[in-house]
Amino acid sequence: MANFLQTFDWVQFLSATLITATPLTLAALGGVICERAGVVNIALEGIMLTGAFVGFAVALATSNLYLGVVAAVVAGMIIAALHAVLAIEFLVDQIVSGTVINILAVGITGVFYRNYIQAAATRGPGTLPHWDLPILSQVPLLGPILFQNQLVTYAMLLAIPAVHLLLFHTVWGLRTRACGEHPKAAETAGISVFRVRYVNVIGSGALAGLGGAYFSLQQIGNFLPNMTGGRGFIALAAMIFGKWTPIGAFGASLLFAGSDALGQRLQIGGIALPYQFLGMLPYILTIVVVAGAMGRAIAPAAVGRPYRKS
Amino acid sequence: MARWRSFAITNVAIPLTSVLAGFAVAAIAVLATGGDPAAAFLALFQGAFTNPNAFPETLVSTIPYVFLGLGVALGFRAGLFNIGAEGQFYVGSLLGVFAGYSLTGLPAIIEVPIVLLSGMAGGFAWAGIAGALKARFGAHEVITTIMLNYIAFLLASFLINKGAMTAPHASTPRTPDVDPAAILPIIFPGSRLHAGLLLAIVAVPIVWFLLERTTVGFRIRTVGFNPGAARAAGISVGWTIFLTMGISGALAGLAGIVQALGLSHHMTDSVGAGYGFDAIAVALVARSNPWGILPAAFLFGALHSGAGFMQLATEPQVSADLISVVQAMVIMFIAAPALVSWLFRMRRGQVATVTITQREADLA
Repeated sequence: MANFLQTFDWVQFLSATLITATPLTLAALGGVICERAGVVNIALEGIMLTGAFVGFAVALATSNLYLGVVAAVVAGMIIAALHAVLAIEFLVDQIVSGTVINILAVGITGVFYRNYIQAAATRGPGTLPHWDLPILSQVPLLGPILFQNQLVTYAMLLAIPAVHLLLFHTVWGLRTRACGEHPKAAETAGISVFRVRYVNVIGSGALAGLGGAYFSLQQIGNFLPNMTGGRGFIALAAMIFGKWTPIGAFGASLLFAGSDALGQRLQIGGIALPYQFLGMLPYILTIVVVAGAMGRAIAPAAVGRPYRKS
Repeated sequence: MARWRSFAITNVAIPLTSVLAGFAVAAIAVLATGGDPAAAFLALFQGAFTNPNAFPETLVSTIPYVFLGLGVALGFRAGLFNIGAEGQFYVGSLLGVFAGYSLTGLPAIIEVPIVLLSGMAGGFAWAGIAGALKARFGAHEVITTIMLNYIAFLLASFLINKGAMTAPHASTPRTPDVDPAAILPIIFPGSRLHAGLLLAIVAVPIVWFLLERTTVGFRIRTVGFNPGAARAAGISVGWTIFLTMGISGALAGLAGIVQALGLSHHMTDSVGAGYGFDAIAVALVARSNPWGILPAAFLFGALHSGAGFMQLATEPQVSADLISVVQAMVIMFIAAPALVSWLFRMRRGQVATVTITQREADLA
């Protein structure tokens, strides 16, 4: 143990934590803006998978990674729009609608993967390049952690303050929160609840789609069936653990990603603690939080309820 | 007459239309990948029914869906969304298999029920955690059961890989085989079709009876209709929620242990079969009616059983994942009454709205 601590590379560990937290944070931010408007989004997993697939397919077809990232965002918005139509227009139970998206994403990406990617993929389009920001990347400690990253991670670092400012300091944010807490009052005040919810659900698709691009274009430069592997549900957990706030969601994502990164290092370091227990941490913490044991996490009051105009 | 028409539309026409619409969308997906939908569906049919040994295999796939569908449907009737059937399946399987290889020397007539009950107890306990958290603290069961799924996978991985339940001398990590007396016998010689089918068929009237003819069932349905009224009538809402989640999980656990006793006779560390989502689809297609679970489970059993052959027999290959597209679309059409009433040109109100979970804040 003492030996393990002596050789522990903190910079590398923190850097790995930030990178692992990237898709979690992006999807969790999507969850925040969606649920703050009153629409439950358990479809984050399916949206990320769709983003990962379409992003890779477009990057492969055009040999342009950046077009791939854009395509991942657009694909996330399109599939989130289906969630929006079902949940807002057709009053489908939002959990069911999210389940539809999750299953559909596995099906559609699986079908197209077999015919287009698996058959064609001789060489992938590679991964997004590392951008070392001038001067900043040379700052000791912080430089290697924050400023020697790839596109999706930088985007995440910008998205956190952006969503925070939008949600708490703009008219859009006020309207969003009004629709999530008391849609009837919002409508009375002249806000179109339907419109706000549509915009936010589709916006959450953009963020989660970008999170999907992390898997195929930033991490490995390939698409594998079901490659998001449940990370959308961890993002959901991070959103709840972060109490439906952007900063909180980022903090929770860091915690979950950190326990993941630590688990890997413990295993390599030969520490006997089974990684499975460290892996359970995010899920146990989330249960503890929804049960109200660590400062109650209170969901937006109207989340999950379809809005009917009367 | 109008009531009969409404019943027929709600319970027969809507599910059938939804399934057809699901196939229609899947056909578009096949066309988009340059395949031939007719050939794909023919192969799917052959793989599920007419190939040698296909029909018994379809029945084998149907068995877990019956138990899982019954469990999720039972939860729906109380307004509970048990999205964690998969975790309960694994915990039930773990505990049941543990009992199955620990017990020896007992006659099958005693050992099989003990092992099955152990599986149900595992599922009951796992779902009961979510039920208790909902009843006591109002923690939403969708979140807690998803989280419990992952905890169950990791727990299974730990127990199976790290020694506690690892079989000695096995080439890949797995549990020991259950005692031969605990194995469910094959009921159709030359196939893998095991006595679990009979258990599944018996489970349907039992769950129906529980729901429709007992006080517990009455409480479950009352809490599902209106928790406030249930409380006013003196029903303990919290206890009913806990019990319903527990029984729902026990059925999922039963699915897990029946699968193990009928097919593999042990457990491996392979997770993610997607049973949880399948179970939701089965319950929705059955409109949460226990009798409807049998045809719905059979449909999904056939889809899963035929998918492998479809992938092999088509050129260009049509991925077995196509059935997920069918499944997603079936759920979508079933759950969107407004979409269906538009299809049937009915006035709103004639189709029963699908309200699955009540989200009254005043639960605890």
